[in-house]
Amino acid sequence: MTARSLAQRSIIPGFGLSLGITLSYLGLIVIIPLCVLFFKASDAGWAKLWAELSSARTLAAFRVSFGIAALAALVNAFFGLIVAWVLVRYEFAGRRFIDSLIDLPFALPTAVAGIALTSLYSVHGWLGHPLSLIDVKVAFTPLGILIALIFVGLPFVVRTVEPVLMDFDRELEESAAMLGASRTSILLRVVLPPLLPALMTGFTLAFARAIGEYGSVIFIAGNMPGYSEIVPLLIVIKLEQFDYAGATVIASLMLVASFILLLTINLLQAWARRRQGG
Amino acid sequence: MVDLAHDAEIPGRLPARAPVSPLPLTEPFAARVALIGTAFLFLLVFLILPLIVVFAEALRAGIRAYFAALVEPKARAAIELTLLTAAIVVPLNAAFGIAAAWAITKFRFAGKDLLITLIDLPFSVSPVIGGMVFLLLFGLQGVFGPWLAAHGIKIVFAIPGIVIATLFVTLPFVARELIPLMQKQGTQQEEAALILGASGWQTLLRVTLPNIKWSLLYGILLCNGRAIGEFGAVAVVSGHIMGLTNTMPLHVEVLYNDYAFAAAFAVASLLTLMALATLGVKTWLEWRTGSRVAATRLH
Amino acid sequence: MRIDVRDLTKRLQSTLVLDGINLDIRQGEFLGLLGPSGSGKTTLLRILGGLEFPDSGQVLLNDVDALALGLDERQIGFVFQHYALFNHMSVFDNIAFGLKVRSRRKRPPRQKIEERVRELLRLVQLKEMERRFPAQLSGGQRQRVALARALATDPQVLLLDEPFGALDAKVRVELRRSLRDIHDATGLTTIFVTHDQEEALDLADRVAVINHGRIEQIGTPSEIYESPRTPFVFDFLGRTNSFNCVIENGRVRLGDKVLPVDPGTPDGPAVAFVRPHDIVLSRAERPERTQDAMLPGTAMVRFISALGQRAAVELFYERKLIEAETTREKLNELGLERGDHCTISLRLPRIYSKADADRSAGSDRSQRLHLRFRRRQRAA
Repeated sequence: MTARSLAQRSIIPGFGLSLGITLSYLGLIVIIPLCVLFFKASDAGWAKLWAELSSARTLAAFRVSFGIAALAALVNAFFGLIVAWVLVRYEFAGRRFIDSLIDLPFALPTAVAGIALTSLYSVHGWLGHPLSLIDVKVAFTPLGILIALIFVGLPFVVRTVEPVLMDFDRELEESAAMLGASRTSILLRVVLPPLLPALMTGFTLAFARAIGEYGSVIFIAGNMPGYSEIVPLLIVIKLEQFDYAGATVIASLMLVASFILLLTINLLQAWARRRQGG
Repeated sequence: MVDLAHDAEIPGRLPARAPVSPLPLTEPFAARVALIGTAFLFLLVFLILPLIVVFAEALRAGIRAYFAALVEPKARAAIELTLLTAAIVVPLNAAFGIAAAWAITKFRFAGKDLLITLIDLPFSVSPVIGGMVFLLLFGLQGVFGPWLAAHGIKIVFAIPGIVIATLFVTLPFVARELIPLMQKQGTQQEEAALILGASGWQTLLRVTLPNIKWSLLYGILLCNGRAIGEFGAVAVVSGHIMGLTNTMPLHVEVLYNDYAFAAAFAVASLLTLMALATLGVKTWLEWRTGSRVAATRLH
Repeated sequence: MRIDVRDLTKRLQSTLVLDGINLDIRQGEFLGLLGPSGSGKTTLLRILGGLEFPDSGQVLLNDVDALALGLDERQIGFVFQHYALFNHMSVFDNIAFGLKVRSRRKRPPRQKIEERVRELLRLVQLKEMERRFPAQLSGGQRQRVALARALATDPQVLLLDEPFGALDAKVRVELRRSLRDIHDATGLTTIFVTHDQEEALDLADRVAVINHGRIEQIGTPSEIYESPRTPFVFDFLGRTNSFNCVIENGRVRLGDKVLPVDPGTPDGPAVAFVRPHDIVLSRAERPERTQDAMLPGTAMVRFISALGQRAAVELFYERKLIEAETTREKLNELGLERGDHCTISLRLPRIYSKADADRSAGSDRSQRLHLRFRRRQRAA
């Protein structure tokens, strides 16, 4: 039987069945549809690809999506580290409660997040109003996109850094202290370096999530082409205009970007595992 | 200078403060306050306030309007469609997750890493693309478009399309929770069961599943949460036909775009309560098992 | 049940794990598979149990080709190294498992299952534990549950993979007794795998010493201990001192004596293996000549460890470390102390060709490690 030739002969039954189910299901729902996407994109031809790539609107959308996503991931890296530190190292009332809330952006439907953030930062909103007094507009500007992407990426850095911090060997800090290092020195030279792989992994995860984000962003974004329009929205607009060729081309570019990020994440995690094992 | 560490040795004298090691093993008090403060502020702005605003806006027009918005027929249809979708999608993806985890963790074969990456794919692509691929397959201009139209079968802009798009985006959730756990558990108990005379199915049901039940439950929980809350993929595929092809998140969008803010937030609050319930069950599971339930890779 | 193994071979990736194993196991025998880690003994056991498959060769269970049988037809009880108990089931349910999963036709009625489980619990002395869960049991108790579980289905063979590996010394000794008693009570053909020679020699009717996928020797414990056929067997079963010598015309000169060697040992460079307690010491100034072969020159006493009746003496002889063992009385009689010189005589040496000795050189690692540890102890 071909299944048996694939695997080493094993007494555990069900290889053929389980692998068969897995591959057919995966094939039908994920692989074939994505292949169709690439086919249609290549159908569009190089001319269309070039036209899309050089279109000002498309370029602006990519700048907005990727640029603001990177900034949001950076903000999350910084504050996420602090949050993880506070949650792991300090004891205070309500710590467990806050800790379980961290996953909220992960569990909350994106549309709900979208309208909540819009309401919060609109000119009459609880945060938008005081900000408007100092002439800072958040809703319907790229700043709003930034806020939304910070929200969706929040759990990624915290949850990636937390386990590393929890496993952190306090004896490293103690020995550095006994050797005469100041607290700041200990933090920067002894604690931070081992956290770096996890931090970078968290950053990349937040970044990858942010570039594809749709629901949380479109309410607060303003969606003005060339200014506050994100790539997923551009795809939707092209679909509504039946410009399937354009949509597939842009989607393919996004997929390539996602795939590269996926690879980076796997490599980073492998690096982190090697670093931690040492 | 008073040496606090030795205070307790002076007979009859209680230490003024608990003895503190002279080594800098933790941040100075001021720094700690600053860090906790910063963390709190950050979480307040990005977590707590959005949570509160949902309920504040939902109840703005009063409690009666709140419930009216929920029982309104189109809202009810949206709720029913959402629950129906979840009821179809979650068991299918749970079965897939178990099958995939079984194949990947109980056997040795080449290409395992590739398979795991493929399973993770729906998780890392934008949900819009998740909906779009099915538009390309089953839409009027799609690969099967003409054939479907000829036979009067509607997939996109109808319920089947919504189910399939949701199936796509929630596919990895159960598998991702099970695979690391089952890899750690190995095959010894299954071998023991088989040698004692159990069949493959008996082994799966009596030995394997009980060992993974908490992770399975958590994976199903996440899958369910995402199935209910999915927006981007479903938006592309649904056509926004009110009362027919609107799920709860889409209904929220429609209400919001029509300036029916209170009603939109009312439905949103329902979704939020479900999300909070998911978090609650997760916390309970972690308390029950005494460890982090979520697989280490959040991605 | 009788088991016949013919020319069993198995490769894992590029390593030859089993290299033509031939074995005849008798009905009711208690057989030990003894060898270092990586020797293939566990793989052999797993193939016998049906958990793995050989690349070539035959396994016959009562003259029936085992490889063609399904797992449940083999009637084998297997105790895993780490017990593999079902954590979510009680002790009772663990033991009853093999009986409960039988098909409707073959399943005994509930009453009978309960009786059988309780009978087994009595046999392994865990009567009060039936409602407990594995997490609540000690290592030794889990081991006994695993044993009872394997016995529940009335197997014809019992296979145990390193049964005492993870346990404390004291528990190990108790369990050894229990296992012996159970074997005597049931008369079951029992095969166990271990790397602990003391265990193998204590428990088994016969021991098969395995190295690099080959059986070096198989025989009763006294046979293999007193007449080890290869240097590997000698070295694996106890501490070894080796001395170079040369075989000429089927005889070897060792110190002041000329000894015959086993027929079949080729002429040429050879090695004499001697156990520590077979090294006889006498003071250099007053050498005592006996029928033992006295080696030329003297050795210097580097270290003496006298605990109870035994005295272990570490000597430096011709730039090699020698371990000798004698009684406290003899030591006092000789009046030996650190730094003294003494003569070495070899009693009951076993002679092997140098080629054979080199082949098994890899496995005297444990011996060298032991010496290194002792040296460090002294330095501290």
